[in-house]
Amino acid sequence: MLQYIVRRLFLSIPVLLGILVVTFAIARLIPGDPCRAILGEKATQAVCDRFIRERGLDKPIHIQFGIYVGEMARGDFGQSIRYNMPVTRMLAERLPMTVELSVSALLISMIVGIPLGIISAVKHNSWVDVLTMMWANIGVSMPVFWLGLMLAYLFSLVLKDTPFWLPPSGRVSPGIPNDPFYEVWGIAAPEAGFGMVMHFLGRLNILNALLTANWELLKDSIIHLILPSLALSTIPMALIARMSRSSMLEVLGQDYIRTARAKGLTQRNVILKHAFRNSLLPIVTVIGLSLGSLLGGAVLTETVFGLSGVGRALYDAITARDYGIVQAFTVVIAVFFVVLNLLVDISYAYLDPRIRLE
Amino acid sequence: MTQLETTIAKLDTEGISLKSVSLWQITWRRLFRRKSAVVGLVILGILIFVALTAQWIAPYDPIQVLLGKEKVKARQDPCIHLFGCPTTEPQHILGIDGNVRDEFSRLLYGARLSLMIGFTTVTFAIIIGTVLGALAGYFGGWVDNLIMRVMDVLLAFPSLLLAIAIVTVLGPGLQNALLAIGVVSIPAYARVVRASVLSVREMEYVSATRALGGDTMQILFRRILPNALTPLIVQGTLGIATAILDAAALSFLGLGAQPPTPEWGSMLGAERNQVFTAPHLVFFPGIAIALTVLSFNLLGDGLRDALDPRLAHIS
Repeated sequence: MLQYIVRRLFLSIPVLLGILVVTFAIARLIPGDPCRAILGEKATQAVCDRFIRERGLDKPIHIQFGIYVGEMARGDFGQSIRYNMPVTRMLAERLPMTVELSVSALLISMIVGIPLGIISAVKHNSWVDVLTMMWANIGVSMPVFWLGLMLAYLFSLVLKDTPFWLPPSGRVSPGIPNDPFYEVWGIAAPEAGFGMVMHFLGRLNILNALLTANWELLKDSIIHLILPSLALSTIPMALIARMSRSSMLEVLGQDYIRTARAKGLTQRNVILKHAFRNSLLPIVTVIGLSLGSLLGGAVLTETVFGLSGVGRALYDAITARDYGIVQAFTVVIAVFFVVLNLLVDISYAYLDPRIRLE
Repeated sequence: MTQLETTIAKLDTEGISLKSVSLWQITWRRLFRRKSAVVGLVILGILIFVALTAQWIAPYDPIQVLLGKEKVKARQDPCIHLFGCPTTEPQHILGIDGNVRDEFSRLLYGARLSLMIGFTTVTFAIIIGTVLGALAGYFGGWVDNLIMRVMDVLLAFPSLLLAIAIVTVLGPGLQNALLAIGVVSIPAYARVVRASVLSVREMEYVSATRALGGDTMQILFRRILPNALTPLIVQGTLGIATAILDAAALSFLGLGAQPPTPEWGSMLGAERNQVFTAPHLVFFPGIAIALTVLSFNLLGDGLRDALDPRLAHIS
C-alpha cells in the first residue's frame, strides 16, 4: 500500500509541473507591460525598473520560470497590490471559508446521494426510483448561482418570521465572539511559516468553535453555512445518486448476490455487506470527478452569498485586475484539486486491492 | 417459389420486416422509446424554434430601453392581461428589467445566444480534441505521451476556474469566454477519440486497408475515426449542457457576454442584488438556463442508452 502511494505521488509531479507551466504562461500572456499589470497603471518608470530587476523579469524566460517555481515551492506567492499584504496571508484568511463550504457540501451530497441511489436501485422502477432520477436530472441542470439566489429568496424572505428562516449572506452574525483558539489559549501566532497554518486553523469557524467550546459561534456558523452548502451540494448530490444507483443495479444482478440470497441472508445484509461494498468503486470515482465542479461552484456560491472565501477573493481580484492573486489562487486551487484526486486514487487502492499491484 | 421467398412472405404476414435497418434508424427508434429523451427532444425543439423565430415572436426589441416610450418603470412586476392586469397598461409577460427593457423579449433572444454558445464551443472542442486524440492514439509513443500529458494538466484544473483564468488573460467578452470554455473541454474529446482509436488500431480490417496500400489519412478518417463517432455524439451532447452552464456562470461573473447583450447568465448577474425586490428578474433567466441544460442532458443520456444497448439495463 505504501509503495503504491509513493508511486502515485511521483506520478503527480509532472502534473504539478504542468500546472506551474500553465499558470506561468497565463501570467506572461497578460497583454501589456507586466509591471503595470501587477503594480497598476499609475506605477512610475523608476518603480517599474526596480520591480522588473527585483522580480528577475529582465532575465531569460527559462530562468524566470525557475524563479517562479522556487517561489511557489517556498509558498511565496508575492504581494497583493489591492490588499497590500502577502498573498500567502490572504490565503490563510480566505481558504478556511472555502474549505468549510466545500467539505460540508461534499458531506451533504454523500450523506443524501448515496442512500438515495441505493434505495432507487433496490426499489428499481418504483416511485422512489422515478422521483430520484427525475430530481437527479434536474439537479445537474440547475446553475448553482441561480439555485443559491432562489434558496436565499425562499428561506430569508418567504420564510421570514418562521422557525425556518435562514440568513441570506455572511459567515457569522455581527457581535458573535470569534476569537481564534490560539488567542483564547494565550498562544501568540508567529507572523510567517507555521503561524499561517495556525491562522488557517483558527479561521475554520466550526473547528474553532469546538476547540474553544464556543457554542454560540458553532450554532451561528452552521446556520450561515446551510444555504450555501445546500446550493453547492446539489450537482454532486445528483451525480452521486445516479452513479450509486447504476453501480448498485449492476452489482445486484451478479451471481454472488443470488448466492447470498440463496444462503438465506437478510435483505439488509445482502444490500449493505455484499452489494454496497462492491459498488463503491464507481461511486468514489464520481465523487472524485465532482470535486472539480465543487471547487468551481464554490467561486459562484461565495459570490452569491457574500462569503469571503478564496472564490470571492478570486472574483474581486479579477474585477480589480489583481493578477498576482488570480495566478496564486489558481495554482493553489489546482494543487488542492490534484491532492484531492490523489486521495481518491489512494482510496481506490484501499477499496480494490488489485489496483495496488498493477 | 423458392424456400427463401416463402419464408420471407411468411414473415411479412406476421408483421416482421426483413428490410435492412440502418444504425441510425435503430437509434432513433430506441431514443423515442425513452420518455426522458423525448422530453429532452421536445424542450430542445421548442428552444430551437424560439431561437430561430425570436425576431418575430418577441414583442419588443431586446435591447431597446422603454423609458419615455411607455409608462413603465424599472423592475416592474409582470403584467399579463389574461391574469387581471388592466388592459390600459402595456403587457409585459415577464416584467421589466433594471434598465427598463422587456424581460420576455430578452429571454427569447437569449435562447439564440445560449444554443449558439453550446454548439460553437463543443464543435471547436470536438475538432481539436479529435485531431489530438487521433494523433495520440494512432502514432502512440512520444506523440501520445506528449499530447496526453498536456491533456492531464488541463484536466488538473477545475474546468470553470481554468476558464476564468484564461478569460482574465484574454479580457472579458463573449468571444473570449467561448474560447476559454472550448479549450477546457478539449481533453474530454481527445480522451474519447484516443480510446476508440486504440481499440481498433490493430484490428484486421485496418491491417487489410494498410496492406491494400491505403495511406495514413485514409486509414484514420475512413477506417478508424468512424468508430469514435457514437461516443463523440454522446459526449458532445452532454458537453453542450456543460458548456452552456459554464458560459452562463462566466457571464454571471461579468466575464462573458457584456451588457446589453441578452444573455441569460449576464441578465441574472445584473439583477442578482435585486433578488428580494424583483425576484422575477432572477427566477426566469435561471429557469431558462436550467431547461436548456436539462434538455441536452436528457437527450445525451437517451443517446447513450440508444447507441450502446449494453448499458440499457442499467439506467
